[in-house]
Amino acid sequence: MSADGVDLKKRRSLTLATSAVGAVGAGFVIYPFLAAWAPSEKAKAAGAPVEADIGKLEPGQLMRVKWRGKPVWVVHRTEQNLQDLPTLDGVLLDPASDDAGQQPDYCKNATRSVKGKYLIAVGICTHLGCSPTYRPEVAPEDLGAEWKGGFFCPCHGSRFDLAGRVYAGVPAPKNLEIPPYQYLSETKILVGADGGAA
Amino acid sequence: MSMMKSAVEWIDTRYPMTKVWNEHLAQYYAPKNFNFWYLMGSLAMLVLVIQVLTGVWLAMSYKPDSELAFGSVEYIMRDVDWGWLIRYMHSTGASAFFVLIYLHMFRGLMYGSYRKPRELLWIIGVIIYLAMMATAFFGYLLPWGQMSFWGAQVIVNLFSAVPVIGPDLGVWVRGDYVISDATLNRFFALHFLLPFVLAALVFIHIIALHKVGSNNPDGVEIKKGPKGNRWSDSAPADGIPFHPYYSVKDIVGVAGFLFLFAAAVFFAPEMGGYFIEHPNFEPANPLKTPPHIAPVWYFTPFYAILRAVPSIAGSAFPGVVAMFASILVMFFLPWLDRSPVKSIRYKGLLYKVLLFLFVIDFIVLGYLGTQATTDLYKLMAQIGTIYYFAFFLLMPIYSKMDKTKPVPERVTE
Repeated sequence: MSADGVDLKKRRSLTLATSAVGAVGAGFVIYPFLAAWAPSEKAKAAGAPVEADIGKLEPGQLMRVKWRGKPVWVVHRTEQNLQDLPTLDGVLLDPASDDAGQQPDYCKNATRSVKGKYLIAVGICTHLGCSPTYRPEVAPEDLGAEWKGGFFCPCHGSRFDLAGRVYAGVPAPKNLEIPPYQYLSETKILVGADGGAA
Repeated sequence: MSMMKSAVEWIDTRYPMTKVWNEHLAQYYAPKNFNFWYLMGSLAMLVLVIQVLTGVWLAMSYKPDSELAFGSVEYIMRDVDWGWLIRYMHSTGASAFFVLIYLHMFRGLMYGSYRKPRELLWIIGVIIYLAMMATAFFGYLLPWGQMSFWGAQVIVNLFSAVPVIGPDLGVWVRGDYVISDATLNRFFALHFLLPFVLAALVFIHIIALHKVGSNNPDGVEIKKGPKGNRWSDSAPADGIPFHPYYSVKDIVGVAGFLFLFAAAVFFAPEMGGYFIEHPNFEPANPLKTPPHIAPVWYFTPFYAILRAVPSIAGSAFPGVVAMFASILVMFFLPWLDRSPVKSIRYKGLLYKVLLFLFVIDFIVLGYLGTQATTDLYKLMAQIGTIYYFAFFLLMPIYSKMDKTKPVPERVTE
């Protein structure tokens, strides 16, 4: 084949234009494939708020509620527990809950709750998503004499107090997440919705 | 006979059958001094075949549904004729694959098989290793036991630790806010797909190998040596045809390997909780983390590195970076080694000691990754992590300092 009379410049620009249009088309085709990995409408609907009856929870007990497939803990804290909380401030990473992403504004207080008695928190470690173990006992052998009750993550050894506040020097970088919630009555809570920041 | 010959001719004019056979087997001249370590590659290919075969058979009875998955695995174990054997071959095969690949990579470290002109061959190999890890990770979720679930939870959350886009990325990978049915279903699809990608990569690996020629325990380039052997005047004098010499040698290796493989399948398929972890006999429960989470043994060295790095400025990201860096650093190995010789046979005491320590380090990290963290173990993992990276990153310095021995002109017997 002879290259005589071929307009190479035109050929190059046509090749470029064709490639560019093709790349845009490929981009359009890829999008549905990537978007198909996002949570389906069904999965999103399953994220609806859940009700829980906490009336039967004895002091010191923990119950789990499933919200968006995650464990949400409800802990009935004792008077002693609440008195112990401020004494731990010195060994915690974020004792005043300054990280606004970890709790609704109405839970940015000393007990990280609406009513001090009940802690409601997402029971998933902020490190890599394990569910920490509830360790209410005081000064057990494996957690040391300073332990005043709290949560211990078996995966990587992170520690949290009974307000879900993380200890300094453990792998978890943040306090446990407090979900939005509201009291429907004295003994009933709704997890996942707070009625417009109650 | 002439029928046969004309049939071959008929094919050869339409497809390069004889040409491929000769180029890659009958007239592929490999160094004559291969030893035990050169069995691992072909054994790994055998295991890939075992995994694909048993995997497809398992898929005939398995249900990728979070309600049914755990039960369908038990159904395979109890009710499907020979299902237990096929499943144990598959679960043991996964571990065997990694054993062989780790030995294969160690061979490369010993004999400098990654050095010029085999840089790309090594890089393709590291990509294969990454693809294997992805395949194994996706597969481990499928039995939908407690360890499947929580292991996947931890690993997927590694993506969530990426700054800014992390949380969305985690949701995107899972297809849900937690590991769920959607996650299981897509992991099944990916676990089915990846072995074929793996097979394609193995093909490319072998094409690259046959382009540059095999290295050998002496690290001597036979292509640069004298020409002419019993079969061809132009072939390297120190080369022998892969077939039948090494194909037959590999069959001996296969027989030996299958003894061990069968022993594991029949007598220790769980391998004391290392091949199949005990919590995986309990169905996945999203509300209850098992008291102790550890990945399967072949991931634990990297898991130990992940845990060794403390979180910085409120982010678990540095640990994740360290873990991925510990694998990605392997890509640079061909350029990190500045030693004038390839093989450990002609390297000095320094490299021998450091490589020995590296093997110990890798095993210790692997052990630490299976254990719960204590202060002592954390410190050990931190020292181990530093050594791991130092072995690679200081190689440009110590490989030059090392006192090497003269390399012979030709391979030794």
